Amino acid sequence: MSKGTLFDKVWQTHRVGTLPSGQTQLFIGLHLIHEVTSPQAFAMLRERDLTVPFPERTLATVDHIVPTENQARPFSDVLAEEMIQALEDNCKQYGIRFNNVGSGRQGIVHVIAPEQGLTQPGMTIACGDSHTSTHGAFGAISFGIGTSQVRDVLASQTLAMNKLKVRRIEVNGQLRPGVYAKDVILHIIRKLGVKGGVGYAYEYAGTTFEQMTMEERMTVCNMSIEGGARCGYVNPDQTTYDYIQGREFAPKGEEWQQAVRWWNEIRSDADAEYDDVVVFDAQEIPPTITWGITPGQGIGVDESVPMPESLPQSDRAIAQEAYQYMQLSPGQPIQGTKVDVCFIGSCTNGRLSDLREAAKFAQGRKVAEGIKAFVVPGSEEVKRQAEAEGLDKVFIEAGFEWRNAGCSMCLAMNPDKLQGDQISASSSNRNFKGRQGSSSGRTLLMSPAMVVAAAIHGTVADVRDWI
Amino acid sequence: MTQVKQISGRGIPLTGDDIDTDRIIPARFLRCVTFDGLGDHAFEDDRRQMKGEHPFDVEAYQGASLLVVNANFGCGSSREHAPQAIQRWGIQGLIGESFAEIFFGNCVAMGVPCVTAAPDDVKALQTVIAASPKLPLTLDLDRMEVQSGDKLVLTVSMPEGARQSFLDGLWDSCGQLVTQIDAVRQTATQLPYLTWS
Ligand code: SF4
Repeated sequence: MSKGTLFDKVWQTHRVGTLPSGQTQLFIGLHLIHEVTSPQAFAMLRERDLTVPFPERTLATVDHIVPTENQARPFSDVLAEEMIQALEDNCKQYGIRFNNVGSGRQGIVHVIAPEQGLTQPGMTIACGDSHTSTHGAFGAISFGIGTSQVRDVLASQTLAMNKLKVRRIEVNGQLRPGVYAKDVILHIIRKLGVKGGVGYAYEYAGTTFEQMTMEERMTVCNMSIEGGARCGYVNPDQTTYDYIQGREFAPKGEEWQQAVRWWNEIRSDADAEYDDVVVFDAQEIPPTITWGITPGQGIGVDESVPMPESLPQSDRAIAQEAYQYMQLSPGQPIQGTKVDVCFIGSCTNGRLSDLREAAKFAQGRKVAEGIKAFVVPGSEEVKRQAEAEGLDKVFIEAGFEWRNAGCSMCLAMNPDKLQGDQISASSSNRNFKGRQGSSSGRTLLMSPAMVVAAAIHGTVADVRDWI
Repeated sequence: MTQVKQISGRGIPLTGDDIDTDRIIPARFLRCVTFDGLGDHAFEDDRRQMKGEHPFDVEAYQGASLLVVNANFGCGSSREHAPQAIQRWGIQGLIGESFAEIFFGNCVAMGVPCVTAAPDDVKALQTVIAASPKLPLTLDLDRMEVQSGDKLVLTVSMPEGARQSFLDGLWDSCGQLVTQIDAVRQTATQLPYLTWS
């Protein structure tokens, strides 16, 4: 059992009591909702005649269904329009803040809460979305929940939970040029597997994470769930505080001093005990790319699609399924694989620093003939800032489309979709069968810089050739 | 509140590790404001590709109530639409090698128990069901067994808290959480950030 970790401390301060089932009733400090997983929760509240006792602790936005090209209302998709209206009505009825399209504050839920200073260290954060793990970058305990639990949080501001074990994942050293936070987490998942984190919260520690910016830490924590961990976090430090300070919902004046004191206290103790510890060397991490149908099927960009014999017995069946679905042969180098669509965006890699890095490589180059390439900022604010820096022009000149904020082709509940068996180079987080909107569509996950390299070459390429 | 102690019915095997929520219910079916009708779309894309061969389409498995799966079932997104679709198709309990956490939690909240057993045992059970789909099975949460008639088929396990909540009929936590509102407010007063403007 872990002891003295940030997870233990935050758990303890938010513990309301023990339920008859033996589970802990845990207070949720910040609740985020969106249009996909909340309407049924509100319906359940009505059915049971329940109220929302802490409406100010919930923030709503709309992200999954939002079209990124034409956002005029009503949306051309009647089902999408019905969903956004349901959210508008629910927020109005229960007095919940709603960052709607056009407000300047709309965006992917995991991009906007940090951006506005709502996400803070020491909080418990829940959202009906598995990538809620993103907020752990700030030293919050944050996790995805289902719709019945969204109802529970709305009705009581609490959840019935079992405590997780804590695994410390230490990565030390300097990342090599052309290697990004995305590669770090793809590497971790490749090594520990997609079920490795089940039952654990991941604490990311070591000098590599200490040197990362907040946006990089968010990229890593975001994909904890792809490694099976419901929650991942980094202990808060000066980098965290510098990011938060001055943001709209950040504590101010005297409260800021109080906050920093508290945040320092909730960091994991130097002698904290963990249920497990794993250590990686940053120097050994290559630009990593997935070749298969689970995020654990990753390889270095200069490696080949693995031979079945080289895999543990337990991974062979899913590898067979992947060769067939992906139309890739064992032993084939991944570099040079032709792509059709290049997508930069999502809650993993749709923040300003991602767009800056991508633009750096797109500058002065041209997207290859026949490739559809597009950039979708993670929020209206990211879009505004990127345009202020002229990044939109860099992308457009290089042949990328420049869109409005939303989840876009990360999961294709909106008009952005793969067609047929098209293959995408994608900065998103899931390469599941059918994930990007076509039941035979294929996805290669990689960093935004690598997506640019793929767009320019028309094939999977190594961004390090430009460095 | 309904106690869940035993689920009896026929089994349906669905083989494969890492079956994710996008496969259980593709995202386009999430464009809805109720869970009604999701049962028709469970595994829609897999079923279309398997042209009638998918277990959910195989005649012999129609009406089954216990789904037998392999490792890391339900990984991926938090969408409760996934277990809702499975439940609305007719499944009342799942037996597997392992389950993704959010999926498992969603199932508990819906009153659908997910139990685990050793990988080889699960595979053997899948083979048995495939050979005789009519075999009557009972998942017994009291004894933590799967039985067929009086015969023990399999010993299963489940985290104790979840098991107890099924046996006591306390799996729907909402009511209990709401009654603790005074304690909740008390906890809130101790959280420094709630008072920061
Ligand atoms: S960007 Fe993708 S992973 Fe992130 S919230 Fe949207 S759909 Fe989910």
